[in-house]
Amino acid sequence: MRARPWFGPLLVASLALAFAFLVLPVVAIFVHTAPAKLVSSLGDRASTDALRLSLETSTIAMVVVVAVGTPAAYWLATRVFRARAALITLLELPLVLPPAVAGLGLLAALGPDGILGPALANAHVQLVLQTAGVVVALCFVSGPLYLLQAQAAFGAVERSLTDASRTLGAGEAATFARVAVPVALPGLLTGLGLAWARALGEFGATLMFAGSLQGVTQTAPLAIYAQFASDLPAALALSAVLVAFSAALLVGVKLLSGSRSLGLAAR
Amino acid sequence: MVFAAASLKAPLERYAAKLRSSPGVSVRYSFAGSGLLAAQIEEGLRPDVFASANLKLPRRLRSHGMVQTPVAFATNRLVLAFAAGSSKISSLGDLARRGVAIAIGSAAVPVGEYARILISRLPARLRRAVLAGIRDEEPDVSGIVGKLSQRAVDAGFVYASDVTAAGGALRAVAIPASLAPPVAYAAAVVNGTRQAAPARAYIAGLVSGAGRRALAQAGFLPAPAP
Repeated sequence: MRARPWFGPLLVASLALAFAFLVLPVVAIFVHTAPAKLVSSLGDRASTDALRLSLETSTIAMVVVVAVGTPAAYWLATRVFRARAALITLLELPLVLPPAVAGLGLLAALGPDGILGPALANAHVQLVLQTAGVVVALCFVSGPLYLLQAQAAFGAVERSLTDASRTLGAGEAATFARVAVPVALPGLLTGLGLAWARALGEFGATLMFAGSLQGVTQTAPLAIYAQFASDLPAALALSAVLVAFSAALLVGVKLLSGSRSLGLAAR
Repeated sequence: MVFAAASLKAPLERYAAKLRSSPGVSVRYSFAGSGLLAAQIEEGLRPDVFASANLKLPRRLRSHGMVQTPVAFATNRLVLAFAAGSSKISSLGDLARRGVAIAIGSAAVPVGEYARILISRLPARLRRAVLAGIRDEEPDVSGIVGKLSQRAVDAGFVYASDVTAAGGALRAVAIPASLAPPVAYAAAVVNGTRQAAPARAYIAGLVSGAGRRALAQAGFLPAPAP
């Protein structure tokens, strides 16, 4: 084998470039403006309203996503049927859609002129321009991320465990609740963490579907965009909080998944 | 590269198409709320021309030494717009009705600033009702137009030219001259551009030339004589 003396340095140089490129913007958020000014900007009413709203809506969205997504992912992971791959691909599609497309799709489906618009109006359900609309947008963009992870986590549960559970007389529901969920829990929590981070960062779908109004639909990313034009220190301060929060979620996910690599849980 | 107010999109694209027919000229645009564009310039972005939906932002950039003297090139009117076929709105007074959802621009964009000036001039009762009816503050005027045409809101304050550009999709209620804030557009060459001569020619064409004609076609009015 011929020696390739340049290969090692190439790897290191690539890593250095990637590190500088990916870390610099995050660091810049904290150093662009004096820390004292960042902290004082956080007292701004628009910022506190936006943070509160982001926490509330993303928490509610995660409750919905986990409640619906966990059984759905279990079903997808444990059943074999013909259209399975196609169905899973369809469910994952919102994950790769541009957020503006997601927003437009939500309007076309659930907006006043949308497919379900008249039915929702009859039921006196209004989503556009309401906090509930923000939750809908967050569920739409972050739900598939949880589904994907949860399905992988359930798929990795040893078949012999669930089989044994059934042999011992436990029904399907008991096997799901007492065996599959506990065993898959680290993977499920990883999915939750990633979905939550995605929901906290949502911008385009929320703006298009739910609009932007302080205290009602203006989440932290929307407030950052609005403040960029009027109050840069406030926008940076809010950004810094989101960076800290997202970093905490990421570290949490890493700790939960232990030695397993972050990303797709091992199948 | 031209940074231009979102409301200028239709006429400026037509103007650029005209310019491209002469050899060696190419124009690229970034359309957004004027406030966002001004903030980008203040953060170090350097387009060749900044065309704003007010005089205030280019004057502020001028005072910071970031652009040359702004040139007023068009005026517009603020109107109350609603989706064609909607029966809820036929006058400003209808905004006081219960359950009417209103969209305006955010405070950082001219269309939002003009709307706030207008609202502050309304009689007290109507003013309170309008402020209570605001359900959405969009980062630029195209967002308001989108929400109106999707019927996500019942009414919104946009420019007369936006209603023209929407074809038949939007209708407008004119605003009495005593209430309407003057809406003027100004463009400036950005300092440090290497394209200063073409940038000046571009602005000259907005004042009198192909740009002026495209603006007039789109429902913009000429700038008052300086």
